Order: sequence, then structure tokens, then C-alpha cells
Amino acid sequence: MNNTNSTVTQIIETCERLYNDLDFSYVKNWKQTHAGKAVGFMPIYVPREIVHAAGMLPVGLMGAGDLLEIIKGDAYFQSYICQIPRSTIEMAISNRLDCFDGMLFPAICDVIRNLSGMWKLMFPEKYARYMDFPQNFRPEVGGEYYHQELIILLKDMATLSGAKVTQDQLRQSVRLYNENRAVIRELYDLRSADPHLVPTYELYLIMRASNILEVSEHTAMVRDYLGAVRSEKRPERDNIRVVLSGVFCEQPPLALIRALENSGCFIVEDDWVLGARYLLKAVATEGDPLENLAAAYLKDTVKTASRYEEDGAKGSYLIDLVEKTRAEGVIFAAPSFCDPALLERPMQQEALKRADIPYTSFKYSESSGQFQVIKEQTGTFADSIKLWGSV
Amino acid sequence: MGNSSSGKVQKERSMLLQKVMIANHFKKLSTAHADNKKVVYTFVPGNLNELIRAFDMLPVHPEINALQSAMRKKSAGYIREAEKYGHSEDVCTYVKCDVGMLKSGNIGPTGEKLPEPDLLLLSYTGCFTFLKWFEILRQEYDCPVVVLQVPYQGDGEITPEMTAYVAKQLREEVVPVMEKISGNKLDEEKLRRLLDSSARAESDLVEILESARHKPSPIDAYFGGVYYIGPIFTAFRGLETCEEYYRVLRSEVEDRLKKGQGPITPEGPLNEEKYRLVVEGPPNWTSFREFWKMFHEESAVVVASSYTKVGGIYDTGFRHNSAEPFESLAKYCLGCYTNLNLPSRIDLLEKYIRDYSADGFLINSIKSCNSFSAGQLLILRELEDRTGKPGGFIESDLVDPRYFSAANIKNRLESYFQMLDSRIQEASVN
Ligand code: SF4
Ligand code: SF4
Repeated sequence: MNNTNSTVTQIIETCERLYNDLDFSYVKNWKQTHAGKAVGFMPIYVPREIVHAAGMLPVGLMGAGDLLEIIKGDAYFQSYICQIPRSTIEMAISNRLDCFDGMLFPAICDVIRNLSGMWKLMFPEKYARYMDFPQNFRPEVGGEYYHQELIILLKDMATLSGAKVTQDQLRQSVRLYNENRAVIRELYDLRSADPHLVPTYELYLIMRASNILEVSEHTAMVRDYLGAVRSEKRPERDNIRVVLSGVFCEQPPLALIRALENSGCFIVEDDWVLGARYLLKAVATEGDPLENLAAAYLKDTVKTASRYEEDGAKGSYLIDLVEKTRAEGVIFAAPSFCDPALLERPMQQEALKRADIPYTSFKYSESSGQFQVIKEQTGTFADSIKLWGSV
Repeated sequence: MGNSSSGKVQKERSMLLQKVMIANHFKKLSTAHADNKKVVYTFVPGNLNELIRAFDMLPVHPEINALQSAMRKKSAGYIREAEKYGHSEDVCTYVKCDVGMLKSGNIGPTGEKLPEPDLLLLSYTGCFTFLKWFEILRQEYDCPVVVLQVPYQGDGEITPEMTAYVAKQLREEVVPVMEKISGNKLDEEKLRRLLDSSARAESDLVEILESARHKPSPIDAYFGGVYYIGPIFTAFRGLETCEEYYRVLRSEVEDRLKKGQGPITPEGPLNEEKYRLVVEGPPNWTSFREFWKMFHEESAVVVASSYTKVGGIYDTGFRHNSAEPFESLAKYCLGCYTNLNLPSRIDLLEKYIRDYSADGFLINSIKSCNSFSAGQLLILRELEDRTGKPGGFIESDLVDPRYFSAANIKNRLESYFQMLDSRIQEASVN
């Protein structure tokens, strides 16, 4: 892909193609041209640097949205389990995930955890690993354990790819992902500064593309987009500024994201595709790369429901985001039956109440096509903030 | 339970003992702070009872509060209360029941107020919700939280690194906090004595559970089983009273076994054993007796269950070991049923179906428990494929009565038992 002179429209069209392509043609092409393998991973975060350094393509999978009719997936999950595992299974048993040589299941909740075991049973010929992350953040305790986890992952990735992975290759991958994190920060900063320039619909698709594209390609794409969008004239809009919280795993359908924007909300901060933004600072490139990755995970990361919060000041991170982005309110959106997001919510809401920050909440599912009610709800939310500064 | 007509005194002794143990424990809790005792809230899977007791502290288990609230028909109100505070209808009802109870004055099962915790010991073992649960609770209490992260057996094994990580947290995180809270240094000798006692009780428990291999089984290893695991899963493991309970229970069970008697149900002994079942998943607590009745009135006996392994799996050989106190506690936590990956769960259930000569197996899928429920439909298929035994699937909830539809469950069970009947007949013809 050559993006050098791409226009915004071209870039977004590319992203839309990637988003809509449940056959993962990009992945297949990449594998062919690089004679390499691909490793899928579930939300939220995995150290993609290690997969990349082993010469493989890490690919973030976030369910099938509303693009796939679930025929067999429902036979694997009761009605009271969220949608993302069933669409992931549906994709797998309809051979759409055949191009993946391995799968990583990060510790985010018990559904993804159990899905890792299902994978082992259903696809015994494929590599599948559940990745535990430390919930103890002391370097000599949780850090040491996580470092060992990374050593295992590195060993496994080297075996899977059939390549020896040198420290320099790891450092190089870390550098590339640092660059990617930096441009993504720039993108988010620009949206926060001038939300009319970076509609969330576009930002979202660009973030989803980060799940698929090889990292340098994605970095180039974001740079192109930033360049292109800065020189575009786009109409200002009288929207309220909101932070969207709770969308870190199963994704809202694209049309719902559009509907939120159209209901009068500029989303100036969010938590989707959080893995690409999980580490808030650049990972050190001097010294032992695995130790550096482990250290980066322990501190200076986002706070999210699947990560234990030690300090006890629940909601302070969200309030900081609100302040930093000068948001006027928070929209809590959570997938139905999502324990992490829904158990987190009352604690966050309490904190917002105390800080006098307005919020509204709803649930969705990735496959839902009905969001008129949600649109009306967020529209009313936006109107009342515009009129009275509160709800 | 325990109102059988013959040998009444002996048969009821273990029940009475347990009743007294529980009553004493809650009595002690109600005066804990006045007696200058420290209180630790902690979860059942991966509980560190020996360590807590070595510091002479008293444990409270929120799940036990929740299930007891359900048995006392209080959970519906508590859940409503929690939902009023913004908790979603979709999430684990144990959490909501506990939060609702807290918001309603924190009155325990004996009608006395539970003491506030001096420590929240978050043993993060096999269920993600535990993390959130104590994040929620710590907002209500002014006390420290110590986290014990127990890595999940993602690859179906306990590696030396996993054990070392848990043991290290015990030594470097948990013990120092407990020393500070209790004001005492850890008495390792006392800890060892407690661990030895645990191991003895565990061996008795295994004998009790394994008695169900016999035909007829002298126990029901699910409905009766939840009573049998009570002391060892909660506040008593490591204590002399716990050992005594299991000694007495074991001799009662052995006595029934000798006499060829079946399990005791709330309506007396069950003398006919028509179906032998293995059950996966927790029971429903709001209609526990009604649920049990649907089984025993059909002469269905549960001969093994996974729920009776959530607080520790002992029948595959693990015992607490005083020779390596911290490593042994670590292995205990790592080995709890909720910490097994799906393939290991299936292997264990398959083993139970074979070892206990079960006619079939049943999954009680709990609406609000992702830890157990996600993947159970695959468990159903795999087990049917591997064993050729028919599987049944019912859905209910732990403590939310809105999700216990008696008529529905009864219907499903009736058709399941009919299917079992025809399979058993087919087998006898061939
Ligand atoms: S949507 Fe929530 S419950 Fe479902 S897999 Fe993701 S984090 Fe887990
Ligand atoms: S989700 Fe299940 S295992 Fe976890 S606390 Fe709730 S009932 Fe217990």
C-alpha cells in the first residue's frame, strides 16, 4: 500500500475495506509476500512487539460486529454470554480464521479465558495461549513473573515462526511500536484539540486498521491521515465533548458510533482498540527488551476494568481524562453481559457524581441494528449539557 | 437434612457438629472487634484459612454470605438494593447480593451484624469477578487490601514458576500485611500444625467423596456434597473441630456404606438408586430444597460433582503439606477447580463419569457466572462424545430467584430422566 499522497477519503476507504473484510485478505497477502505467519489476539493488550520481532504479523481480533450472521456460534454460548466469543467462534468454524497460525488470549475476563480452552479443544492443530498479566505491580514480584511469561511467549513465537529472535530484532520492533504509539497519540491529541477535523468515525476505522496492518504501514497511514486532515477544510459543529468509556472489548457496531456522533457528541476520548494505546510512554530501547516491556506494563499504562487498581481512587483516571480533554460529560457504553465493564461502571459513576461530571449509560451488542433509543438518549444528553451544562 | 428414621443419633451428629461450628463462628464474628480479634474478608477458592488462623484472625467469606442470604430468601431484596445503586442486571449476582446485604446493614445469617473487615484479602483465584468485587467493597471500608494473584492454568498445568510466584506473594505481600494487621509475627510452627490438621481432614473428605463409587452410593455428592465441603472450604480448615467433623462424617458414611444404604435427603434416606449422575456447575441456592427434590423424588443420586471442588481438589492427590507451607498453599490455590482450564475441567468430569460409573451427567449453567458458564455447551458435547453418556443442560442462577424457573427445570429434568431410562434399558438389552 502506498499512502504518500493519499487523501482522507482514500485512507478511510482503505480502512473500511479492512474493517469489512472478514476473510482477512490483507493477512493472507502479507503472509504470502513475506512467507510469514500470522498470530491473532483478542482484546485488550498483548505485547505485539514479540510477535513482530519473530517475523510474524500480530492481528487484533474484535469480533465480527454486525457483518456476520451467527449460525453455529450460538450453539456454543448461552444467551447470557456476550457476543464477541460467539462471532469469533463463528469466524473460526467458517474457516475465516484459517490464515492465523496461532491465537493469543489475554487475561481480560473469564469469557476470553474460557475461550482459550475452547480453542485448544476445537483447533488442536493451532497454537493457542492464554496470557496472564500481573495484577501485582511491584517489579520484583509481578514484574518478575511477567518477565517469565514474556520469555515463554518469545520462545513460543520463535518456535512458531521457525526463526531465531535476536535482542536487536526485539529492540527494533519496540522502536516501531513506539513510533506507532506516538503517532496515535498525535491523532488523539488532534481530535481532542479540533474534533471537527477528526470525526470519530474516521479515527475509529484508523484504530481498527491498527489491528491488522503491519505496524510501520499503520504508522505511515496515520501520518498521512494527519497530514491530509490538517489541510482539509471541515465544518465546525456545535457538539458537546464527551469521553466514551467501556468499549474495550466487544465493539459497538460502526453505525452506532456514527449515531453517537450525529446525536450531537464529539467523542474526544475513548477506550476502544486500547491495546494500541495501552502503554502511555515509549518503551525503553536500551537494555533487555523483555525486561523493558515488562517494566512498561507495570507503570504508565491506561487504567481499565481488567486491570486491578491498586491505589483505591476508582474513577480518578477517568476524571483526569475528562479534565485533560475538556470533556463535558461521559458516555458509559458496555456490551450486554460484560462483567468487567458493568461491574466497573457503578464505581466510576459514583466518582463522576462526586466530581459533578454528567454522564449517561447504555448497553449494546456488536450485532445489534437498533439504536434509535440510544441515539435519542445521547441526543437528549447532549442537548441538556448544551442548555444547562448538566443533565 | 438428616431426618432418617434408623440410626438417627449417629447420622445426625455431623450435621449438628457443623451447625454448632457455624453458629460459634458467627457468634465470634459478632463480638470480634470487642474481643480485639481482627477480621479478614476473603474468597472461598484459594482461601488461606491456615494462614489467617495462624494469626488468630477470623475469616468472612462474601460468597457464603450471599448463598446463605439466598437460602434465607433474602437475596432477591438484596439484589434489588444493589441494582438501585446502579449495578447491572447482567452481572454476577453473588456480588450484588453481597453489596445489597452490606447496604442493608450487613446482617449475617445468624441475625447478628457482621464485623467490618480489618483486611480484604483478595485471592484472585479462578474468577475475574473477585477483582471487581473487592474493588467495590474497598470503597465501603477503610481497610487495606492485599492481592494474591493466582495465575490461571491456561496450559492445564501448574508450573514451578507459577508456584514460585504465588509463594513469593504470600511471603512478601500477604504475610507482612497480616503481621501488621494482627500485630503478631507469623508463628510458622503454628502454621505447620494447622496445615497438618488440614491434610488429615482432607484425607477424610476424599474417603467420603469416594464412597460414592459404590452402588448404591451412600452420599449425594452435590446436594449433600455442599454440606460436606462446608467446613473445609470455609472458616474451619486447619482447626481441630474441622478434623473432628470429617472423622464423624466419615464414620457415618462408612456405616451407611456397610449397611448398603443410600444418601440422606431432607425427606429421609433415599433407598432406591435409579440414576447415577455427575453434575457440573454450582447449585441454585434460592430454591435449593425444591431443586434437590426434583432429583431425589426420581431416585437420582449425584455421585460426583465439580462444584464440590471449587474450594480445592483433593481427590487427585493434593494435600496441604507442612513441609513446604507456602509452596503448599500456593499449589492449593493454583489447583482449585475454578482455576482449571476448560480441557482440564472436561478431563476431570470425564474421569468422574467413568470412575463413578455414572449413567449420565448434567450441567447446571448459572446465568450470572461467566467463570463457570462460558464454554459449558462445549463441555456438554465433548463429554457426550468421549463417554457416550447422555448429558443434560439446565439453566438457573445462584442467588437470583428471578432466574429459577421451577416448572421449566422440572420439565427439562423429566425429559432428561426419560432419556436416561431408555439408554439404561438399551444397555441392559444389549
Ligand atoms: S465483552 Fe466483556 S465479558 Fe465479553 S469477552 Fe469482552 S470483556 Fe469479556
Ligand atoms: S462469577 Fe461465578 S465464580 Fe465468580 S464470584 Fe460470581 S459466582 Fe463466583
